[in-house]
Amino acid sequence: MAFEIIEGCVNCWACLPLCPSEAIREARPHFLIDAGACTECEGDFAHPQCASICPIEGVILNGAGEPVNPPGSLSGIPPGRLAAVCAEIQAR
Amino acid sequence: MELKLIANGADTGGGCASSGCGSPGDRLAHLPEPIRARVNNHPCFSEDAHHHYARMHVAVAPACNIQCHYCNRKYDCSNESRPGVVSELLTPDQAVRKVLAVAAAIPQMTVLGIAGPGDPLANPERTLETFRQLAAKAPDIRLCVSTNGLALPGMVDALCRHNIEHVTITINCVDPDVGVKIYPWIFWNNRRVTGRKASEILIEQQQKGLEQLVARGVLVKVNSVLIPGVNDSHLHAVSRVVKAKGAFLHNVMPLIAEPEHGTVYGLMGQRGPTSEELNAIQDACAGDMVMMRHCRQCRADAVGMLGEDRGEEFRLDKIADREIDYAAAMARRAEVQAAIEANRAAQRGQTGEAFVPVASLTRRRSGGSASRSVLMAVATTGGGVIDQHFGHAREFLVFEASPSDVRYVGCRKVDLYCAGGDTCGEAESALAKTIQALEGCEAVLCSRIGFEPWGALEAAGISPNGEHAMEPIESAIAEVYREMMETETWHSRSSRVA
Repeated sequence: MAFEIIEGCVNCWACLPLCPSEAIREARPHFLIDAGACTECEGDFAHPQCASICPIEGVILNGAGEPVNPPGSLSGIPPGRLAAVCAEIQAR
Repeated sequence: MELKLIANGADTGGGCASSGCGSPGDRLAHLPEPIRARVNNHPCFSEDAHHHYARMHVAVAPACNIQCHYCNRKYDCSNESRPGVVSELLTPDQAVRKVLAVAAAIPQMTVLGIAGPGDPLANPERTLETFRQLAAKAPDIRLCVSTNGLALPGMVDALCRHNIEHVTITINCVDPDVGVKIYPWIFWNNRRVTGRKASEILIEQQQKGLEQLVARGVLVKVNSVLIPGVNDSHLHAVSRVVKAKGAFLHNVMPLIAEPEHGTVYGLMGQRGPTSEELNAIQDACAGDMVMMRHCRQCRADAVGMLGEDRGEEFRLDKIADREIDYAAAMARRAEVQAAIEANRAAQRGQTGEAFVPVASLTRRRSGGSASRSVLMAVATTGGGVIDQHFGHAREFLVFEASPSDVRYVGCRKVDLYCAGGDTCGEAESALAKTIQALEGCEAVLCSRIGFEPWGALEAAGISPNGEHAMEPIESAIAEVYREMMETETWHSRSSRVA
């Protein structure tokens, strides 16, 4: 199984030096993971390194094709609560 | 008896009666000579220096180890001017090439900073390699770094080995309960940490890093982003804590948040502070700490004087074929910088002679209105003189004049309303925006001004003044203030008589 970087990646470089398998490479329009080299960090780290530092929601998929950081998971704002939080901040 | 109205520099002993009040460049008197020398030509550590010297940032550090709600990791926005934004990422070799090219072309560029677009210390190899090469190839350039502080404690030795004498840490809070509203997560010990724990770790690392730097004799500036409703009432505590730990300077900057920036704050409608709110917090913190008020919140690839960005002139493709003889450039830089110092000394001499009789001030004060202070805006391109056409100014420096001193209080950015032509369709609304930005100011001093803006300014209650072109800023303001107070006194007397 391997992770995948998809469209939306902003090429911020944060993941590349962390990969224990050196499976990530700089590419355009976005960085890419070599599926043959990716181990999902098994045996090296308890958490997949690329997905643990990636600042963009939804752009790294796990072996099952699901986003490791789904929408709302990094900003701390579940999409359903967006409107309510908007109102709260504007009332400050 | 006479009151020395403008007094700059070490020879004045105590007091701070000039624009430098509130910034250490002109409060050098109490500092030991080696420290004075270190800030004398550093535009980001000395308000006076920023009139004369330029800085540049090289964008070699893309990765970041934390997320702030005011930051968006997407870059490539060439028209945006705010921290964290760059248009081209450089390798250390490219960065060194660019620095040498800029240093040769802009001899008053004294400072090279690495400030992102991510966190420089989260990119230790790239950051340190850039410093290592520059320390060897351009020993006349000061090197400094700006960081969120998370990785700082482990990097202090390395920074000191590379002769980094100025470090800026962004500290927005010293309380994790405030931090949770600013930092959604950090990357720490190979995992993502969220919630209160993330802020606890970040704050602890920042404070530890600050202490270590101070212990090593590094000058530390603390940047804080003022976020209304989040940390506004907390920044006073931040100022107290960092001062107690030996920070040199505190820079409270306004939050920049627009929906189009794509930041969480921007998207969620978190507003930035008004200039009045910013000034109030800066004043509140000033009791505890020396405040920086001339920060322009520049991009992580800015080049030039603080108010300008000449980055476009030095893009990699434009400097690719440039041969640089750095030994020759260094000699020329030394000449130009010596001339700047001579000019500064002359200005200090000139302004030092601007005296106003105390008796006259006292008399006016008894007249009623004369003791009030007045805000005035100045159009300048640098050098400490009034040398810019009103319509060409992208920003105005604002000073507060009172019977006892002339004090720099901040910078107001405006949209450029005229690029030379006078038939621009947008001119009218842009002028209105400029006037809005000058709210609270009673006069604007510039080298020249057109007929139309003259009338519009007067209508808005702001006196345009082009009589002090090429004169040093503070003495000109003192003169305008004196005239203003005399006129008011005359009017109030006349009305009493009537």
